[in-house]
Amino acid sequence: MADQIHSTKFQDKIERNIFAMLIMLMIVLSVGGIVEIVPLFYLDETMEHNQNPEIVWDRKDGQSLKDWAPGDGMRPYTATELAGREIYIREGCYLCHSQMIRPFRDEKERYGHYSLASESMYDHPFQWGSKRTGPDLARVGGKYSDDWHERHLIAPRDVVPESVMPNYPWLAKAGIDGDQMETTMSAMRMVGVPYTDADIAGAKEDVKGKTELQAMVEYLQVLGTMVKLDYNKDYR
Amino acid sequence: MQASLDQKYNFEVVKWFTVASVIYLVVGTLVGVYIASELAWPVLNFNTAELSFGRLRPLHTNAVIFAFGGCALMATSFYSVQRTCGVKLWSDKLAWFVFWGWNAIIVSAVITLPLGMTSGKEYAELEWPIDIAIAIVWLAYGLNFTMTIATRKTSHIYVSNWFFLSMIVMITYLHVVNSLAIPVSAFNSYSVFSGVQDAMIQWWWGHNAVGFYLTAGFLGIMYYFVPKQAGRPVFSYRLSVIHFWALSFGYVWLGAHHLQYTALPDWTGSLGAAVSLAMIIPSWGGAVNGMMTLSGAWDKLRTDYVLRFLIISLAFYAMSTFEGPVMSAKTVNALSHYTDWTIGHVHSGALGWVAMVAAGALYHMVMRLWNTEMYSAKLVNLHFWLATVGAVIYIIAMWVSGIMQGLMWRDYDEFGTLTYTFAESVAAMHPYYAMRAVGGMIYWLGGAIMLYNVVMTIRQASRASESSPAAAAA
Repeated sequence: MADQIHSTKFQDKIERNIFAMLIMLMIVLSVGGIVEIVPLFYLDETMEHNQNPEIVWDRKDGQSLKDWAPGDGMRPYTATELAGREIYIREGCYLCHSQMIRPFRDEKERYGHYSLASESMYDHPFQWGSKRTGPDLARVGGKYSDDWHERHLIAPRDVVPESVMPNYPWLAKAGIDGDQMETTMSAMRMVGVPYTDADIAGAKEDVKGKTELQAMVEYLQVLGTMVKLDYNKDYR
Repeated sequence: MQASLDQKYNFEVVKWFTVASVIYLVVGTLVGVYIASELAWPVLNFNTAELSFGRLRPLHTNAVIFAFGGCALMATSFYSVQRTCGVKLWSDKLAWFVFWGWNAIIVSAVITLPLGMTSGKEYAELEWPIDIAIAIVWLAYGLNFTMTIATRKTSHIYVSNWFFLSMIVMITYLHVVNSLAIPVSAFNSYSVFSGVQDAMIQWWWGHNAVGFYLTAGFLGIMYYFVPKQAGRPVFSYRLSVIHFWALSFGYVWLGAHHLQYTALPDWTGSLGAAVSLAMIIPSWGGAVNGMMTLSGAWDKLRTDYVLRFLIISLAFYAMSTFEGPVMSAKTVNALSHYTDWTIGHVHSGALGWVAMVAAGALYHMVMRLWNTEMYSAKLVNLHFWLATVGAVIYIIAMWVSGIMQGLMWRDYDEFGTLTYTFAESVAAMHPYYAMRAVGGMIYWLGGAIMLYNVVMTIRQASRASESSPAAAAA
C-alpha cells in the first residue's frame, strides 16, 4: 500500500526526499521574481530618460544644486529636502498619500501629468504609496504656499475642515541634524544618487537653523516640479 | 496516553507559541481598531507622535502578520510536523531559540515602530538590525522544521509540510532581497533600490507575504487541522499535488498587479494581472479540497464549533481569492486601486481566512496539548459568531467606501469638470470608517473571548492534573 504511487514517479520521489523537495521548491519559487524584476534593471525602455534625456538635469561641472531651476530636470534632493523626505517616511505619510499619478483623465485634472519612472529615480526607497486616504502628492509642489503647508501640517482641519489627517505639532519644535544629513547623502551616493563632494560638504550649511517643519515643506514644494513635461508627448 | 505523548514529542514550545499567538491576536486587532477609529475621529491622534496613525499603522500590520500570524504558524507547524512525521522536533534548543528570538523581534517592533524607526516599505518597515535578526531566527526555524522532516519515521512527507516548506523558502527569498538597504545609523537605513525597481521588489515582497506567509503557510494549517478535526482523510491527494505546485509557481508572479497603470512598464503589470486571473484555479483547488474533506460529515458542523471556524475560513478564502483576481483585472483595478476596497479585500483574507483557520487550529491544539475539553464550548461558539459578524461588517463597509471613493474621484458633471473635490470624498467616507471601526471592535471582542476561554481552559487543566493521583505519582 505504501509503495503504491498515486501520482507520478517524480512527485513520489520528491515526497520521499526532503532535500529533493527543497531544491524543487527553490527552483519553482525563483522563476516569477526573476522574470519580472531582473529586466527592469537592464531594459532601456523602463526609464523614460533613456529616450528623453531632457528629463534629467544636465549638470555642468562645478554647478551646485542651487543652480538648478524648476523644470530643469531630475536632480538629487537638497540636504533640506532629503531631511524632509526622511520625516515623510518616519511619520508614515506614504500610508495615506500616493506619489504616483496614473494616466487617466480625472487624475490629470486633479493632480497633473501622469508620473514617470524617471521621476523617482533618486528615491531610495520609492514612495509611490498604495492608498489615497488623502490626495496624491506627486505634483503637490507649488500648488499651495509655504504658509498654507505649515498651518496644514500643524493643524490640518484649520485649513481643510473635512480632513482626517493627524496634527503634526512636534515638527515645528525639532531641528535637523546636519552631521546625520552628511552621512545620509554619502549613503545615497553609494547607492547611485549623483551627489558631488561639494553637495555633501554643504549639507550642514543647507539645513542650519531649519526646523523639521520647514524641511518637510521644502520637500513637499519640490515634488513634481523637477521635470517640465510635454502634454503632447507620449513618454510611455 | 498524554504522558507518553509528552515524552514522544516536544509540545512545551508549541504550548508557548499557542498562547503567545492568542495574545497577539488580541493586541494586534486592538491596535487595528484604534487606528480605524483614528480615521473616523482624528482627535484620537491626541497630537502625539507615538499615537499618530502613520506610526501605529505599521505596528498594526506587523503585529497581526508577524506576531499573531507568525506565532500561529510556528505553533501549528511545530505541532503538526511532529505528529505527521512521528518524531520529536530535531532540536529542542533551536525551537526555544526560535520562540524567544521571534518574541524579542516582536518586542523590538513594538518599541521601534511608534518611535518612527522605519525603512518606509509597507509590511517590511522594521529597520536593518531587526531585519538581520528576523533572517537568523527564520532560518533557524526553517532548519529545525526541515531536519525534523529529514528524521521522520513515515515514508512520505505529508501535504501540510509541503506548504510550510514552500513558505519557508519563499519568505527567505523575499525578506533577504526586499530588505537590502544601506544603513546610515543604528536604526535608520535606505533601500539600495530606487523608484520603479524598488516598487516592483516591494510588491513582489508585499503580495507574497500574503501569498506564502498568509496563504501557503495557512494552507499548511488547513491540510493538517481540517482532516483531523473532521476525522476524515483529505478529499483528493491528486488535487493537492496539482494545486500545491501551481500555487507555489504562480503566486510569485502576482506582485506586479499592485502597480498597474503606474510607471512600472505595462508588460510587467499585465503579466502580473494575467497570472493573477489564472490563480483562481489553484486557489480554489485548496478551498475545494478543504471543504470536500467534509463531504459525508456535514452534520458535524451542527455540533463541532471548532470545525465551523475551519470551514467558514475556507469560504472566506474562496471568496477573497476570487475577489483578488477580479481586482487585478485592469478595468476593475483602475477603480479599486488607491481606495478602501483594497483594505477590505486584505481584511476579508486576514479576518475571514487567516484568523479563522488559525483560531480553529489553535482551539484544536489547546484541547490536545492540555488534554482537556475547552472551558466553555458556548464561548467558542460566541467567538465564532462575533468573528463572522465583525468580519462581514468590516468588509461591507470597505466595499461601499472603496467603490464610492473610486466613483467620486472619476465623476464628471454636465459641464465636463470634476464633480467632487478630494475633501468631499474624504467627508463622504466618515460613516463607513465608523462602521469599519465597529466591525473591527466586534471582531476584537471575539478574540478577547477566545483569550479568556484559553486561559480558563489551561487553568482547568492544570487544576485537574494537580488533583489527579496519577499525575502525583508520576
